[in-house]
Amino acid sequence: MTKTRLNQKPADWQTYTSQATNFIIFLYIRGGVLPWFLVLAVLGFSFSSEYFLTQANLRGISMHSTYLILVAMAQMLVMLTAGLDLSVGVMIAMTSVASSLTMGAMWSGHGSGWESILIGCVVGLGACASIGLVNSIGVAWFRVPAFIMTLGMSSIVLGLALSLTGGIPIYGMPPSFTDIFGYGVWAGIPVPILVTLPCISLMYIFLNWTRVGRYIYAIGGNLRAAQLSGINTKLCLVIAYTTAALFTGIAALLITARLETGESNLGVSYPLLSIAACAIGGVSLHGGIGKLHNVVLGAIFIILIQNGMNLMRINSYYQMVAIGSLLIISIMAENFRQRLVLTYQNKIRPNT
Amino acid sequence: MKITSQHNEAQLANQLHVRNAKPLIHLQGVSKDYFGSTTLQSLDFDIYAGEVHALFGENGAGKSTLLKIITGDIQPTSGDIFINDERVKIDSVHHAKDLGISAVFQEYTLVPQLTVEENLFLGSNLSSGIFLQKAKLRQWAKQTLERLEFDLDPNQLVIHLSHAQQRMVEIAKAFHGKPAIMILDEPTAALSGRETKQLFAMIDVLKKEGIGVVYVSHRTSEIFRLSDRVSILQDGHLTGTHTTSDIDEGQLIELAFGHRFESFFPTIKPNTGRLLLNISNLCLTNSLVQDASLTVNAGEIVGLTGLAGSGAADIARACFGLNQIKSGIITYLDDQVYNKGLGINDLTPRAMLDRGMLYLPADRHTEGLIMDHSIRQNISLPSLNLAKFSTGFWVRRKGEKQIMESVSRRLKINQLSIENLLSHLSGGTQQKVMLAKGFVRDVQLFILDEPTIGVDIGTRAEIYRLMQDFCDAGASILLISSDLSEVANIAHRVYIVDRGELLAEIPHKNINEATLSRYLDQREASIS
Repeated sequence: MTKTRLNQKPADWQTYTSQATNFIIFLYIRGGVLPWFLVLAVLGFSFSSEYFLTQANLRGISMHSTYLILVAMAQMLVMLTAGLDLSVGVMIAMTSVASSLTMGAMWSGHGSGWESILIGCVVGLGACASIGLVNSIGVAWFRVPAFIMTLGMSSIVLGLALSLTGGIPIYGMPPSFTDIFGYGVWAGIPVPILVTLPCISLMYIFLNWTRVGRYIYAIGGNLRAAQLSGINTKLCLVIAYTTAALFTGIAALLITARLETGESNLGVSYPLLSIAACAIGGVSLHGGIGKLHNVVLGAIFIILIQNGMNLMRINSYYQMVAIGSLLIISIMAENFRQRLVLTYQNKIRPNT
Repeated sequence: MKITSQHNEAQLANQLHVRNAKPLIHLQGVSKDYFGSTTLQSLDFDIYAGEVHALFGENGAGKSTLLKIITGDIQPTSGDIFINDERVKIDSVHHAKDLGISAVFQEYTLVPQLTVEENLFLGSNLSSGIFLQKAKLRQWAKQTLERLEFDLDPNQLVIHLSHAQQRMVEIAKAFHGKPAIMILDEPTAALSGRETKQLFAMIDVLKKEGIGVVYVSHRTSEIFRLSDRVSILQDGHLTGTHTTSDIDEGQLIELAFGHRFESFFPTIKPNTGRLLLNISNLCLTNSLVQDASLTVNAGEIVGLTGLAGSGAADIARACFGLNQIKSGIITYLDDQVYNKGLGINDLTPRAMLDRGMLYLPADRHTEGLIMDHSIRQNISLPSLNLAKFSTGFWVRRKGEKQIMESVSRRLKINQLSIENLLSHLSGGTQQKVMLAKGFVRDVQLFILDEPTIGVDIGTRAEIYRLMQDFCDAGASILLISSDLSEVANIAHRVYIVDRGELLAEIPHKNINEATLSRYLDQREASIS
């Protein structure tokens, strides 16, 4: 029995260079691709446009990213359960149409019309939540794959929204709705940001501090294991899809207020953008993995890219090319990261 | 080495062979570093034609790394590989195949929707132009299966085959390229006794064909039955290669684990109390199980054993609401939890968990654990509804953390690693994490489905100790296992299940491996 235990130590300079590469790999394994994307984008755009890093522009970016942040959080909730919500776009359209029709019908034309605003918002959110509810019933009870369920609902809801409006924009909302929720500023902060910040906190608390939040992660991680642990998976799916719909609805109301009209062709780009924000933020397409702060950063990153490209006067068609490429690259980078994790798991696994 | 008279002719021939011939493959000073840490260190390993070379060692000792190097999946950091005295660099799995190295790994590599023959030739190019040569394929498939003496229909869909048959298809697939070296990684993990026998017969055929077999197993009995030489891996070092007939089981375990397992199976005293679970005349809808009746008392370990596919697991799963019941009555403590006539059906995982039952499935990957989540999250998942973990709506993260501290002490794992993802842990640790779900809630009845499948001997001993703890604390265990020695040594009472039928109940004093296997063999004989 020959025991060969050789402890060869490499030369010093080798140790240092290998430590440096190891550190970079470690950072990448831990943080994923998003931080690198963000740093590259900020550096690139600040060199190519003087205006990019001005206060006004940054304020604009944070203002515009609120809508996507809200929708991306909704998308994340569904993706955590190993689903995919392609109907966020038509949810926005439907909420916009339903709320603006209600407000238009109720507002007398005088005064601030706060009752009509309130009821309009409730109707809009209700419409949106019921879309989410139908999605979840299809997914949980009838086992329709989330992809098909929400794709089908996209067509159904868009058809309904178009038939309600005939494709024509709806006017006649109280101006105060736009003044407050579209362009309002309170204590120097735009109202959409003031609405979005508590939403982020609520979602954070929901995901990390409540039982249902934990169950949602578990369902996406391994549905069978969740069922064997006595979790009511169907109820959890209903909660996830409906909550996601409510967040999308809030975004839709803010967008409607900003545009001063209810439109049935709103939100077309949101399914792609929200999925991209989640993917870039490291939410697993297989469910069960994802951190809220990364999703928020992912949404901000996408708006930042769009803004930077606008400043560089890049044609919007090419912008579509760029966003699509980023989505695919981020998934590739994530797969690569998974490979690294497997290769180096001995290093990151502490001694057990 | 000296050839003594004890050796039979085959071994003698083999050893002469070994001495005269050159090795098929020879690894010299092979090391593998991962990210600065070494998993294999300057290791020498060789395989001769017509021998079975066994690899033995703990989980994480470096066996799979070694196999991956031989099959070209990863490249060594340093060291040389020689094939027929020629230095080679194995770039990829494909390259290894071309060099004549085939492997059957534990992972499933078949496409279930295709037929046996289509699976056999998946990945090998047997086409003229763009069309598959179907007639030729069929003929080749038949020849391959005949040569291996496999009784398989090439036109059958793989999805309809048993575990053992699927394993055979995998072996036939690996065999198809006429390999010189065949690697078998834990091939018996999912097989029953009879199926294992078939597999062993097949390995004998491989030897006759002059193929060098690398055989990895945790089961020492298999190593002694099959191998000509055995190499022992420990912490990435190959600590020695021995002629199997020169050592005995105790020595092998001592060599691999550094110390003898004095009492590998603990003696667990029954602590028998009142009647806990009473199943009477159970018939299941989608299973063979017919008219099964059994009882479990508090504080005892009841074994439920049978060949793979016997339905033993189905009976237990039905009690947890995982199988549809056709008829029968199930009573838990004093309550009827299932009685079709009275319209009682309380069998759901949630309801049974709340009553103090915990079912831990055999397949930890698909049913038992969430591999992408941490140890903490996995252990607390079934118990999050308890007051110590949550207020109903809010999770008590602080309380959870405190509970996990005691859990990590009991599992003997680092407190910080409680946040580690399960996919980063060894199979043995994963299995222990699954058992630890029972630490954090009151469980009266554990249903353990194959709790030691595919784990190394060290972990096995720990799992038995945990079972002992559970039992000492007054809980009972319904142990479903196809490992007869496990059942014979651990259980206080054993039911034998065959083809959905409860064959016999064997009381404590009559339990031993021989009795159990006699029951099953008799049954087999009566059928064939």
